Amino acid sequence: MALTKEITCHQAVALVSNYLDGALSWRDRRRLEHHLADCDACSAYLDQMRVTIALSGLVSPDDLSAKALTDLMDVFEKYQRDQTD
Amino acid sequence: MDDEALLERILAGDRDAFAELVQRYQTSLVRVARYYVKTEASAEDVAQDTWIAVLKGLERFEGRSSFKTWLFRIAANRARKTGTREYRVINLDPTDPVASARFNDQGMWIEPPAPFTELIDTRLANTEVLEACKQAIRNLPEPQQSVVTLRDVEGLSTSEVSHLLELSEANTRVLLHRGRAKIREALEGTLKGGYSWH
Ligand SMILES: [Zn+2]
Repeated sequence: MALTKEITCHQAVALVSNYLDGALSWRDRRRLEHHLADCDACSAYLDQMRVTIALSGLVSPDDLSAKALTDLMDVFEKYQRDQTD
Repeated sequence: MDDEALLERILAGDRDAFAELVQRYQTSLVRVARYYVKTEASAEDVAQDTWIAVLKGLERFEGRSSFKTWLFRIAANRARKTGTREYRVINLDPTDPVASARFNDQGMWIEPPAPFTELIDTRLANTEVLEACKQAIRNLPEPQQSVVTLRDVEGLSTSEVSHLLELSEANTRVLLHRGRAKIREALEGTLKGGYSWH
């Protein structure tokens, strides 16, 4: 089965990140899509990668430390004083 | 509230709006600064200088780029001036190390992966999954961590990321691919570890 594919699973996996970013050459995109069409494992990998990227976009920032917040609020107050001067 | 709305409130003197904006970006700002400077403390200094510059330049900010892009450009420029670290010469191993152990000599999966969506579905924002994701990003080596943070966490374009980090686009894409693959692997490990999704 794998012998009829133009690229191996290992090669397909290496193209997935760029595929999702729309950054593959026309030729590589065709090769990958051809491979995905009859490879459940790599299609699952693609799905995992999609979810991974989506999750990264949902990661929340760390809470500011008390010191950082105080320092930055000082910055803001100085800015306000300069505005009104 | 989006960035632009916060900016308007900041211009009107709203302290809480500034606090919210800082909270939103400080983690990634420090990360980008850390890419160029040696210590966490000087990265925090760069971030603080960035906020000073933002407040000073706010009235002149015309929104030709997104606020986010403008913000990270200021931070990268300042960090670059302060920094001594040199990342530009990046030796990318051409033999792809990603998940090699998962394939046999014919390049076929030894143990095929299972889709995440079936497991996560609408629980995408599940805090435990997000925590695992966050930790995985934090565990990435530089420059992968900065690339993933700017591209996938902050949503900047690959071209912007490559400019900010002074990398070629091709290298940025390779680093992104490797970073994402490691996060994927970590998430898979979390799932296999028997995490209950329902
Ligand atoms: Zn495959």
